[in-house]
This record gives sequence, C-alpha cells and structure tokens, in this order.
Amino acid sequence: MRLILNRLFLIFSSAAALVGLFFLAWILFTLCSKGLAGLSLSVFTNDLIDGGLRNVIVGQLMMSGIATFIGIPVGILAGIYLQEYGGNTKTTEFMRDLSDVMMSAPSIVIGTFVYAIVVVPTGHTSGWAGVLALFILMVPIIVRTTDDMLKLVPTELREAGIAIGASKYHVTMNIVVRYAKAGILTGILLAFARVVGETAPLLYTSGSSQFWTTDLGDTFPSLTVSIYNLATMPDNEMVQLGWTGAFLLTAMVLMINLLGRYASNKKRR
Amino acid sequence: MELIFKKLAQLSASLVFFILAATALVLYLSARPAIEEFGLGFLFESRWGVEETRAQPVLSPNQVVDEMPVIDEQADALLDDDFIDDEDDFVGDDDDESSGDTRIVYGALVPIVGTLFSTLIAMFFSIPIAMGIAVFLSEIAPKLLAKPVGVAIELLASIPSIIYGMWGLFYFGPFIAGIFGGNTVSLLVAGLVLGIMVIPFMAALSRDAISTVPDMLKESAYAMGATKLEVIKDVVFPYAKSGIIGSIILSFGRALGETMAVAFVIGGVYQFVGKVTDPTNSIPVVLANSFAESSGLSLSVLFYLALILFAMSFIVIAVAKFFFLRRK
Repeated sequence: MRLILNRLFLIFSSAAALVGLFFLAWILFTLCSKGLAGLSLSVFTNDLIDGGLRNVIVGQLMMSGIATFIGIPVGILAGIYLQEYGGNTKTTEFMRDLSDVMMSAPSIVIGTFVYAIVVVPTGHTSGWAGVLALFILMVPIIVRTTDDMLKLVPTELREAGIAIGASKYHVTMNIVVRYAKAGILTGILLAFARVVGETAPLLYTSGSSQFWTTDLGDTFPSLTVSIYNLATMPDNEMVQLGWTGAFLLTAMVLMINLLGRYASNKKRR
Repeated sequence: MELIFKKLAQLSASLVFFILAATALVLYLSARPAIEEFGLGFLFESRWGVEETRAQPVLSPNQVVDEMPVIDEQADALLDDDFIDDEDDFVGDDDDESSGDTRIVYGALVPIVGTLFSTLIAMFFSIPIAMGIAVFLSEIAPKLLAKPVGVAIELLASIPSIIYGMWGLFYFGPFIAGIFGGNTVSLLVAGLVLGIMVIPFMAALSRDAISTVPDMLKESAYAMGATKLEVIKDVVFPYAKSGIIGSIILSFGRALGETMAVAFVIGGVYQFVGKVTDPTNSIPVVLANSFAESSGLSLSVLFYLALILFAMSFIVIAVAKFFFLRRK
C-alpha cells in the first residue's frame, strides 16, 4: 500500500510538472511562431506610424535605461547603508521589510502615484513620468540584491581592512563592494530585465507615441504599451505587429536574464 | 568624505521609506473627494457610474447584490428624479458638483470581488502544479534534468506579464471557452492565466525553500525505510513549511496586483458573475482602462480603488514577511 501510494504520488507530481511546463512551452511556441512570422528588417527601420517598431523599442530602452542609471547609485547606496551602517537595529530591520513591501507593491499603483504627482500637475503624459515610475519599481529590487550580496562578504575581510587603518568608506567601496561586484551586477541586470517588460506603470505616465521622439518631456513611445494597444485592435496587421513586438520584448528580457546569470556564474568558478 | 558617504547612503535608504509613505499619502489625498462622497460604503456598493437621486436612500448591499440590470437602474433613477422635482426643489441643494438632485454612484464591490475571485482561482490552479514542479525538481528529477529545467522555470518567471495576457486572449481564452463554454474572456480565463503566470514564480521560490532541507534529515528517514512520499510529506514539507507558505503568499500578492495578464482576458464589465465563464472586472483592470478618460470625481474614485488595492497587497505582503519569511 505504501509503495502504491508512493508510486501514485511520484506520478502525480511529475504529471503536475509536465502540465505546468506544457503551458509554458505553449506560450513560448505561439510567441515564436507568431512573432517570427512578422519579423523583418522594416520592423527595425520604421516607426510605429509606418508599421515598424523602431521608435517604441528605442523609447522603451531609453526610459528603462535612464531609470536604471538613476536607480543604480540610489539602490546600491541604500543597500550599503542597510548592511554596513545600519547594524542590527530594529530600524534597519524595519527599513528592510519596507523595501521588500515596496518591491511587491502592484506596479499599477506606482503608476497611479506617479500620475498624481507628475501627470496631473504638468497636465500631460511624459517620458520623465515613465522614467520615475520605473525608477520607483526598480530601486527596491537593487536594494534587496545589494543587501543580500553584501551579507555574503566575510566579516574577516572588513576587519582586515579596518586593521590596516583604512577608513570605513575605503573598506566599503574597495573591499566589500568589490568582493560583491558580480552579484550586484547580476542583480542590476535582473532588475533591468524586470523593468523593461513593465506595462502597467507606463500606461498613463508615459503613454505611448507613434512617432519618433527622444524628448522625455513629451508623451513617449513605449514598446509594452504599444503591444497592449496593437493587440486589442481589430486590424489583423496591427495584431501581427503586436506579436512581433511581444516576441522581441521576450527575447530581450530572456537575453538580459541569461547575461545576468552568466555574470554570476563566471564569478563563482 | 567618510561622512558625506554615510549621509548619502542614509539618504538613499530613507528614500525608499519616503516613497512608500508618499505613495500612501498621495493616493489618500487624491482619493479624498471620493472617500468623503461615498465613505466606506464604497467597498460594498456594486453599482458603477450609475445616476441616483439624492433623496433615495442608498440601497443596502444585500439588496443590490442580486445582479440589477443597469438600464432598469437608470430608468428608476430618472423616474424618481421627475417625481421629486415636482414635489420640492431643495432636495439636492447641498450637492454642489452634480446637476440637480442626482449624483453618480460609484462602488468598488464588483472589481473587489473580481480581483479576489480571479486570484483565488489562480491559487487553486497553481499551487498543486507549482508544488509538483518544486518537488519534482528537488527530489525526483535526476540532476542532469533538474538543472536545465530549473533554469528554464526561472527564466519563464521573468517573462513580462503582458505576454501571458496576449496569449490568453488569442489562444487560451478560446481553448477554455471550447471546453467549458461561455465567453473567451471571463473570470475563469483570467484566473487560469494568472495561475499559469505565477506557476514559475511560485515553483522557483518553493524549490529554494525545499532545497534548504538538510540532506542528513532526509537520509535518516530513508535509512529507516521511508518511501519518497513519506520523506516528502513528513520531513521535507514540515521543515520547509514556512518558506513554502511564504512563497504562496508572495505569489498571491503578485496575482492580486497583476494588471496586464488580466486586462486582456477578464472582459472589463461591471457585473457580478453568475457563472465562472462570465466576464467581470478587477481593480487593476479598472485602473488601467479608465484612468486616461477620467477627471474630477470619477478620477478620485479611481484613486480610491488604487488605495484599496495598495492596502490589500500591503497586508498580504506584510503577513508573508512578518510571519513566514523572517530573514535572519
């Protein structure tokens, strides 16, 4: 009886794994077959208004890139503070928890927040509002990884640094952070990958534009928002373009993820 | 230099706290007109954007829960309106923003119920599958298979949610409608798409929790003649319990606030579902669809909804953090 139950259980759990993987494979399969069908050079050379995706891809990367660029120093510094300066106090613990709560906050709520503080006062959607929303999403992720990575740094290294008379700043920057560099880099790449694929916080902060622009003060083209708009259009050609965009977006996200993995693996060896 | 650096770091750390506080505050302030107008009754009011006369007492939620067709409601309101106008004119005098003695009623009950139900369906669907995957990866699969499949699962967890939504709209919705009948956009489809979306996330977290179980414990159990099922049931799960529950709650929180995966497939209709295959609405979807074209009170109502969603996810995550995932 025990053996039969055991058998049943093993079959069930393998089957569950298969079912899960089946759906995920199905998604990837449709994505590739639909996405590749519409892939051509003109997708990269034309703007959305001419049936291409050039402006929205560049727009999405620009917004996420700038958000990352501002988010990196803030996130890393905050992570350093929690791990190196905060000590083991209740306050530090509380801040850590808050950052985690922030990390899991619904992204659409961040969008409404930015809408209220940027879009309402300025009266129109803008690239900066999109950047701000992505920045808010991103910082807690970087804080968390930096914090975790610094925790792995052996205390002896810090003590050795202090012992030869280096200041806390030097120890932190030149020993601790250097030691944890690969891990932090992975964290940043993963955070970037997460932010690149975000739609909800951009829906009414950056909006999306059909035209080429690099002026962040204006309504800004966004790949994800465009995919949403294209996919809900009745026109088949538009839907096809949406699939192509979805394919490119996923390919991008997965590639950044793999890159992040590679960075952390290289370090470990 | 030393001091500047420390201050900068401190500042950055407080920034996170500041943003969180600012979000709550700004949402509250923006929602205040709606909060003053509708109070907490907003949570139990099932009508949305329906005109109502002031003099008419607000119906209690029990009365409204039975799906009331919107058209009848409006007709009623119009009739009452005429009637009151004939009798006296001062009924609506204290009302300064809507014309005459009517106001437009907004209620959050439909989206709240839709959000909770779609999330619950997602959980029922994803928990067994994600647990199966986690157990499979950590205990059953040979090392050669576990590693690549594990990486694949983690990669899948990073696929943007809009992809799941799109796939749900074009492929999964029709597939489900073909089996259960009903619409291609419905509460059921939304719940299942959400479930599929959180499977990789939940599986990866649970696998990490399970892999913290010391080999020694498992080996002792095997040495006593326990079968794999018994080891997993009596050794692995109890040991990894808090981590697994934590991963479920985090997935719950993620499903709760998910916008894009649901926006495509839930239908966006303000009505309660009679069957699970009916379309309905959820808070994030209401926010995503109506924000751009709202202003004044209707915008404030949306902020009220956002505040409710924020509070809901805050509670879920706080529970996960403080009870199950204490970091040491």
